[in-house]
Amino acid sequence: MTSATDDATGPVLAADGTPLKRSLNRALRRQKLRALMLVAPLLLFILITFILPIGDMLFRSVENQIVSETLPRTVVALEDWDETTGELPDEAVFAAFHEDMVIAADQKLHTRLGSRLNYEVSGMSSLFRKTGRRVDRMDTDQPFRDQFIDVDKDWGDVETWSAIKLFSPEYTPGYFLNSVDRTLTPDGIEKRPEDQRIYVSLFWRTMVLSFTITFSCLLLGYPVAFLLSNLPLRSSNLLMILVLLPFWTSLLVRTSAWKVLLQDQGVINNTLVAIGILSDDGRLALINNATGTIIAMTHILLPFMILPLFSVMKTIPPSYVRAAKSLGATDWTAFWRVYFPQTVPGIGAGAILVFILAIGYYITPELVGGTSGIFISNRIAYHISSSLNWGLAAALGSTLLALVLVLYWLYDKIVGIDNVKLG
Amino acid sequence: MLDQTSDDAFVAFDRVQKSYDGETLVVKDLNLRIGKGEFLTMLGPSGSGKTTCLMMLAGFETATHGDILLDGKPINNIPPHKRGIGMVFQNYALFPHMTVGENLAFPLEVRGLGKSEREEKVMGALDMVQMGEFAGRRPAQLSGGQQQRIALARALVFEPELVLMDEPLGALDKQLREHMQFEIKHLHERLGVTVVYVTHDQSEALTMSDRVAVFDDGRIQQLAPPDVLYEQPENAFVAQFIGENNKLNGTVTARADSTVTVDLPNGLTVDALAVNCGDVGAATTLSLRPERVFLDQSAPNRTTGHVQELIYLGDHIRCRMSVAGNDEFVVKVPNAAGHRHLKVGETTDVSWHTEDCRALDAS
Ligand SMILES: Nc1ncnc2c1ncn2[C@@H]1O[C@H](COP(=O)(O)OP(=O)(O)O)[C@@H](O)[C@H]1O
Ligand SMILES: [Mg+2]
Repeated sequence: MTSATDDATGPVLAADGTPLKRSLNRALRRQKLRALMLVAPLLLFILITFILPIGDMLFRSVENQIVSETLPRTVVALEDWDETTGELPDEAVFAAFHEDMVIAADQKLHTRLGSRLNYEVSGMSSLFRKTGRRVDRMDTDQPFRDQFIDVDKDWGDVETWSAIKLFSPEYTPGYFLNSVDRTLTPDGIEKRPEDQRIYVSLFWRTMVLSFTITFSCLLLGYPVAFLLSNLPLRSSNLLMILVLLPFWTSLLVRTSAWKVLLQDQGVINNTLVAIGILSDDGRLALINNATGTIIAMTHILLPFMILPLFSVMKTIPPSYVRAAKSLGATDWTAFWRVYFPQTVPGIGAGAILVFILAIGYYITPELVGGTSGIFISNRIAYHISSSLNWGLAAALGSTLLALVLVLYWLYDKIVGIDNVKLG
Repeated sequence: MLDQTSDDAFVAFDRVQKSYDGETLVVKDLNLRIGKGEFLTMLGPSGSGKTTCLMMLAGFETATHGDILLDGKPINNIPPHKRGIGMVFQNYALFPHMTVGENLAFPLEVRGLGKSEREEKVMGALDMVQMGEFAGRRPAQLSGGQQQRIALARALVFEPELVLMDEPLGALDKQLREHMQFEIKHLHERLGVTVVYVTHDQSEALTMSDRVAVFDDGRIQQLAPPDVLYEQPENAFVAQFIGENNKLNGTVTARADSTVTVDLPNGLTVDALAVNCGDVGAATTLSLRPERVFLDQSAPNRTTGHVQELIYLGDHIRCRMSVAGNDEFVVKVPNAAGHRHLKVGETTDVSWHTEDCRALDAS
């Protein structure tokens, strides 16, 4: 009796008098360490190839040290300038700017800065290149202001200076604003001019097309998965190989095959014209538009829908449908009320898989999407490899990531993530 | 008991055959008539074709040959959902995404019953299996025995005249199984439905059934009430399959009206009831129940046994001895006041009556 009350007040002790919790932890530590060692290579791999790049991307999307690094003195001098007065900065700013530019031009850094500022205000790139060529030859005894305005009258424009001041902080929301067709001006956040707004509609199109692709995958994949899980083993194995066959063929080859099939003079159009369904000038535009993207990507992503569906359907014993029928349900009622609800976890898993793969797809839209069938990822790739605007690419990527996370959250709210089953 | 030749059988299998692969017959020439309100059990070892028969009756498998009649009408072309047959599956097949109440309401809903009528019947069926307060639970939240009751209630809620059960108690532990056997039996008596029950457990079959059809190798080996099945097996398979049995192989040497004289391998000659044996010179299997053997010279067929092993089982002692060259000969010694105390290695007299020893086909 007394020992029971002891237990209730003090911590439980092990045989040697140390608290039980501590001796249990000690006993488990070695085991935990060993387990950690086993997963360490993978952990490191994921850290280096996944977590770090994503972290870097998030960082790059707001990072803006180039202005303050290239023009350190100017940035400090500009702090005292009030752009709202409408007057140009004073001579001290111009002197600081001259000093910064001489060093920058010497190290050829001014063109990079020009390109960066050109993302926000057009004309900056050429302005900096031009100024960089002449800055050496300026007379250090004369006022710099007039000499700069002499080089280019834009230096006499308040807008130029306020742009530099606006983008002088080390971190900027500019790239993110850009990725949603907004821009930062001295007067606050504004919409970009009509003809430069592309990203919001591109995000929207990416989502709509991805939904369409997911839905067509479901429509085509469900009967196949059903067949697979109900056929005798031998025929279902053969069918399974056919389903997996695309995995063994290069993505590029498959996409190119669609080009052959879908193009204006391609197999499908020629056949339809030959059998008289289409007239020769009424050929269907099946490629280099959204239709092409949907067809080719549905084909490529279909196995990702079929496999989870199959593995879920495989676990549903035939006795459920039999029970439903014996209770008086017609084939359709038995399917819809009893079989289908039990496949919902498979549909969830397949749909998430296909949708997330689709939303970040790049190569297929690039090849068959034309202009109306490209995805946001194609723009990201463009900014990474062609325009070299990595900040914007990172911001677009982060926005995409955020979108996916929001959708994932919505899915969890509506369907419940516990309802997803891969087998 | 039911007249087997009567034509008003509620369920009738008429020369039914079934093959899945076109090479082997799983069911070979099945003829079976089941009366209205009867509790008939199909008993047999695994793979003997019991489930196949049940599935043909329910409409999930088609007979390769022959007719199945329900209430006099052939049902070969009626789809399962129109047959109106209740069914209890071995794994219960309760719909996991529906509550118990929804499971029970399902057959009523597809029949187009109104909500209030549905609720009334569901509650009635749940009360019938003493599960009234579980209507809101999911099947996964119930124990095996509770799921079993729900499956039973679901098969009965739409008041079918015929209920099929395929090893419904197979997944339950012994005690629960025995309890459920009585419950099913009482439900059957109370509701008067016709039940076709499948099991491989002979004690279950004997406990519950009006008649038992013993299946083996796709055929009915014997169709009889439990007591007849146990006391008067018609062939060696049934004798061996139902209850404990001593098997002695021998050759017929003489034949009278209802008895035969059989020579056993070690020179012993015994008389036996001629049930299913050939003429003089034919091989035969003698079947003798362990509890019908006396450990003295009181009965006409006498020999000696050498005690090999004794197992104490409380109410009786199971004694394995070698008799007439058979080392597996078992005698049950009731644990009554003043019973014989045997010892291993001892030699004792054994004897039995001629009518307790049945001469059956050679197996
Ligand atoms: N769907 C099927 N396809 C092919 N063979 C089957 C099928 N169902 C059962 N069989 C075969 O038929 C025989 C009888 O099976 P079954 O009726 O399930 O026996 P039981 O229920 O008596 O154990 C077995 O040999 C089994 O392998
Ligand atoms: Mg079976």
